[in-house]
Amino acid sequence: LLPVPARAPPQAPFRFSPRRLRCPREHELLEDGDIHRHLYLQDILVSVTQVTEKPKVSEFSCHIAGCCQVFDTLEGYEHHYNTLHRNVCSFCKRSFPSGHLLDIHILEWHDSLFQIMAEKQSMYQCLVQGCVEKFKSSKDRKDHLVTVHLYPSDFRFDRPKKAKSSTKHSKSPLLQNASMPVDIKTFEQPQVDSMEISPVENMENASQPLSSLISLPPEKHLNRSRIPSTICFGQGAARGFKSMRKKI
Amino acid sequence: MVCCLQSVIVLFVALRKARKQQQLISKRLLREDTQNGEGKAGMEIPTDPLSEQEVLQLLRDTQKGTEERKKSLSCLRQALQHKETQQKFVRLEGSMRVLIGLFTSSLADVQMEAAHCLHELSHSSDPAVAEACLPATSYLLTYLSGHSIEFTELCLYTLGNLVVESEAVRKQLLPQGIISALASCIQSPHEAVLEGLGYVLSQLLQAKEASIEIIPLVLDSALPQHMLQLVCSNLELGMGVAVEFAWCLHYVVCSCVNNALLISQGIMSTLVLLLLELASMVSKAVADGLELLICPVLRCLSNLLAEEMEGCNMQVQDERLLVALFTFMQYFLNHHLFIVQECLWLLNNLTADEPFFCSAMLTLDLIPALLQLLPCSRMVALLVLTVLCNIAEKGCAYCQQLHQKAVLSSLISILTLSDAEVAGQCLELLHLLFLHWPEAAADFFTQAGLQALEQHQHHPELQERVRALMNLATQPTAASPCSLVSSAAVPSSLP
Repeated sequence: LLPVPARAPPQAPFRFSPRRLRCPREHELLEDGDIHRHLYLQDILVSVTQVTEKPKVSEFSCHIAGCCQVFDTLEGYEHHYNTLHRNVCSFCKRSFPSGHLLDIHILEWHDSLFQIMAEKQSMYQCLVQGCVEKFKSSKDRKDHLVTVHLYPSDFRFDRPKKAKSSTKHSKSPLLQNASMPVDIKTFEQPQVDSMEISPVENMENASQPLSSLISLPPEKHLNRSRIPSTICFGQGAARGFKSMRKKI
Repeated sequence: MVCCLQSVIVLFVALRKARKQQQLISKRLLREDTQNGEGKAGMEIPTDPLSEQEVLQLLRDTQKGTEERKKSLSCLRQALQHKETQQKFVRLEGSMRVLIGLFTSSLADVQMEAAHCLHELSHSSDPAVAEACLPATSYLLTYLSGHSIEFTELCLYTLGNLVVESEAVRKQLLPQGIISALASCIQSPHEAVLEGLGYVLSQLLQAKEASIEIIPLVLDSALPQHMLQLVCSNLELGMGVAVEFAWCLHYVVCSCVNNALLISQGIMSTLVLLLLELASMVSKAVADGLELLICPVLRCLSNLLAEEMEGCNMQVQDERLLVALFTFMQYFLNHHLFIVQECLWLLNNLTADEPFFCSAMLTLDLIPALLQLLPCSRMVALLVLTVLCNIAEKGCAYCQQLHQKAVLSSLISILTLSDAEVAGQCLELLHLLFLHWPEAAADFFTQAGLQALEQHQHHPELQERVRALMNLATQPTAASPCSLVSSAAVPSSLP
């Protein structure tokens, strides 16, 4: 390192002094780079990501018993599986977009302990990830979702249970189970349009025999179809299924 | 896009204007090649937008039985590529409600088609169309925790397009928990999802209210640590993810909300190592589009150095960084001049205070390469001269070596050709050189430097300084105290 004398102020009329330069967002020096970034996003430049062809396989059907959907791409199958079979409540067969919402559903709809505790303390958790608020009732929670989180008041994944099944009861778990299948048929289906219920769901509901529910031991209340989040299909882990980005 | 040169120029002028007014709105579009669609027989891209009746009919068709519905949705999706059709669609009463109903269907392919329709709408250049998608946002966020890669990716890009549209949209998305949703989603192992997520985040972070409303929330979450990992990820296979997170980091750093936090998480060394790796990729000519990643990384380092925080200087003191910068400048000189500019900005911040890099510039013999950049552009010339001033200001040992590297002849040419600002910086440099190493003054005047000076002697901004320098021509060469001391201590050859 070469020796450096102490720094002296500039001699007039000269004024240079070394200075680190800071460039905020709008600085002139950053203009050209920003434009380049803009063009990249608008796909006018060549994308730096590789675009992969969607693999086509010969037709195959969904392996879930009773589901007769057929596919010719892994992608299509993956989305079908995730939408309909992945986060499914084993009691009422409703499917949910995430494990989180499924867990809340099972707790609030199918867990008698929850009902008991809810009478004494705030048990209804806010649906928004990262919000720790809890409420005494489903309605209070909905009000919170609407006013604080600006959710729509008809948010599809927050349907309140019908009053019939949530009334207090001192019945034994056995009898409570017995009342379930009847209630399922009268429950408001998650979809608004009745034509959106897949035929599969309807069939399964109708054919659920009463006896099999009664014989369920209490521990199985929390059973549900669950796949660890790390498992995925096809080439997902390595590359993902990319859409072909159309260059304009 | 087929452009003739004229329209390219018009485009750039328009973009530059938009950028100056901070109105550069970038949106991303995911659109599949129609050939790749499954069984979409007879789906041609309509050449004309649809009439209102036709849109209404399509909407009605989506309410029918399953097979019909899917076909109609596909048609709708194609039709919504046109701005006019988009506008007609959102104006139809109940249309968005129907679309969102389909979007939340548990029939996967219906849902996917509806998602594509929403995506087309989000990409609209008409703000009213994009804002019509607002009721869908809670669902878009909910679906981020799903597992379908393509669907999640689509939701992310749709969100990103909406985010950049207006403050009203962001004012809704923030309370709906977008930051938490992204913080969860960033744990996905899938590249496509991560790239989409980076895109959304970059749009959020560059909002005009970001430094107050958004960046503090992001810094509070687990996002920064993930960002630092992802910015170095997958460089060989496909840099899309790294590019997005590099721009995210740039927006966070240049807002100066809490750079100390990032520094404590090791951002300096992460980015320096990244630049070194990118330099080696550049020299092997591996991968196109490297400038998209290099640019934001340069900016982060420059702005972080400008904060002058404790310990920052030590973390960058690596000579290889200089070599990397010059590798970039040489490589991108002809096609992406902005990289040269931004490298020089970093070089300025590296050489301004610490003599480490000034010394390294000399020992690595990088001065000739620096001088070669002078003719590139006005901005580049200014920056080069500033860096040289930084080096010269360090004292006579440095000036002596600069003199040896034939700086003077470049300065004389540039002085002759330049405008006032560049000339002014030249004069500052000459002053420093003459001050610390008077032999340089004598040399300057023998090379006809006086004539170069005379050119500017009447310019109001320059005349005082020009006269001060011209006076040296008439004075005898005095040995400055500095040169007496230094001639013993300084090695005149490179170690």
